[in-house]
Amino acid sequence: MTLSVRLQHRFNRLELDVEFDAPAGLTVLFGRSGSGKTTIVNAVAGLLRPDAGRVEVDGRVLLDTSEGVCLRPEARRLGYVFQEGRLFPHLTVWQNLGYGRYFAKRRKTTEPGKVIAMLGLEELLDRRPGALSGGEKQRVAIGRALLAEPELILADEPLAALDEARKAEILPYFERLRDEARVPILYVSHAPAEVARLATSVVALQDGRVARQGPAVEVLADANVLPAGVRGAGAMLHAVVVAHHDDGLSELEAGGVRLHVPRVAQQIGASIRLRVPAQEVILAKQKPEGLSALNILAGTVEAIREGGGPGAIVSLSTPAGRVLARITRRSARAMDLKPGSTCHAVLKTVAIAPEDVGGA
Amino acid sequence: MDWLSPQEWQAVTLSLRVAFWAVLVSLPFGLFTAYALARWSFRGKQIVNGLVHLPLILPPVVTGYLLLLTFGTKAPLGAALQDIGIVFAFRWTGAALAAAVMAFPLMVRAMRLSLEAIDPKLEEAAATLGASRVWAFLTITLPLMLPGIIAGAILAFAKAMGEFGATITFVSNIPGQTQTLPSAVYAFLQVPGGEASALRLVGISVAIAMSALLMSEWLSRRAAKRVGGA
Repeated sequence: MTLSVRLQHRFNRLELDVEFDAPAGLTVLFGRSGSGKTTIVNAVAGLLRPDAGRVEVDGRVLLDTSEGVCLRPEARRLGYVFQEGRLFPHLTVWQNLGYGRYFAKRRKTTEPGKVIAMLGLEELLDRRPGALSGGEKQRVAIGRALLAEPELILADEPLAALDEARKAEILPYFERLRDEARVPILYVSHAPAEVARLATSVVALQDGRVARQGPAVEVLADANVLPAGVRGAGAMLHAVVVAHHDDGLSELEAGGVRLHVPRVAQQIGASIRLRVPAQEVILAKQKPEGLSALNILAGTVEAIREGGGPGAIVSLSTPAGRVLARITRRSARAMDLKPGSTCHAVLKTVAIAPEDVGGA
Repeated sequence: MDWLSPQEWQAVTLSLRVAFWAVLVSLPFGLFTAYALARWSFRGKQIVNGLVHLPLILPPVVTGYLLLLTFGTKAPLGAALQDIGIVFAFRWTGAALAAAVMAFPLMVRAMRLSLEAIDPKLEEAAATLGASRVWAFLTITLPLMLPGIIAGAILAFAKAMGEFGATITFVSNIPGQTQTLPSAVYAFLQVPGGEASALRLVGISVAIAMSALLMSEWLSRRAAKRVGGA
């Protein structure tokens, strides 16, 4: 199943003009606040009528302004996970879960029991939303969306209202959703860590336009597209867990290179993805020795992007994958870095935070 | 019921009947008006809002006279209604109409306040889950605003029980026909030796008002508890 979207909409100062496809799996609409992410999702959901556009899910037209087609939200067969949950306060968790199900009579294929077990909601069924924590509310919201038998799942920054601990609690559920649901998931986020962990593909938005779209690995490592800004920049590597060591480290293998990171939760042999924040990467002309950092990757400079400030983003091709490094422009000149020059990327082991690691 | 004279008893039952029908019939209109004022934006919204609240601010006698001008048997609308068998002037139905008009602003206000406290985004969420607008309203908004509906209805009932100025102007003060409880108190106070009757009716008024208030408190608290979770 695929979702294809083409939209034009003027909204306050923003002029939205986007076109993208979201294949099965999880597609992240990635960009800073004000780049038009929520407007797009609401237009796909039918909560907002765009000036012009066309939205199609697997051949079913939800919106086509040139044909005068604009299905009401209730006819679009979606599951929408809102940022604030939007659970119905007067209904119990069980009734909330069943709400969309009641309207999906003819299409029921999802087992409520399975969804309840997957989201760990067994103990909560009789409670009302007022008695749930933020993380529990979002789990119920996910379950409610799933049980509506959607042909498309939308999520608008579903973790933004949660603290770090709750985020870590919910992220794995979205990973499972991505791996188990057969429908496309359109997920709005401006948090690089979420994108690196969840995204199958990424649509990077800048000022209402699509700056770049494609597989997450490629978009995140593109020095010319930094949807989260320079500070949030960071490439994504695919790796396999090789060993867990006694000193609290895990050994990974990526493209023939061994990497050491703080202990990861995944089993030996599991494929994982990890985000390498650009500002935690140091570059060296010669292979450094006598350094406390455990991870050194030899590579070739592909591109250097200088911003308005003192910094620059260097994109480096290494055997493990593409890596971004944030250094100063002064260093880049002093080291005489230009596309094609060879250098070494040094990565501190402890710079890889647990939330930067996820199942692939 | 020999502690009340037939005339007193008539006044009490008439008032209860007038207030009951006034509230029951205006309830759907009140709900619609409250919803429109709280959720829709349309041209002339302020004028509608003003009209709804007018009976609250106008002298009741003026409202009563305006009703007479509109629904009196000689007025065009009143005459047209008379042709299809609906007569308001000098009937208990007229008293109910006057009470409903006077109580309407209070009812709408209470409902609107409770409606404005409900996040309209909940209805959006219901829509994305497959509920049509009507279903979303019936299953989400209506139950959530129940405390406000109850409060509005009870306030309106109390107001309708006590309505005097517009009623006496519109439908006069005919015992057994349009003599509601307040009109009866007024009438008894006009005749020598009527104080005892008036006092009994005053006592009943206080009792009815008090129990209405307690009932509304209890019902809203129960509804709020159901809605608020826990």
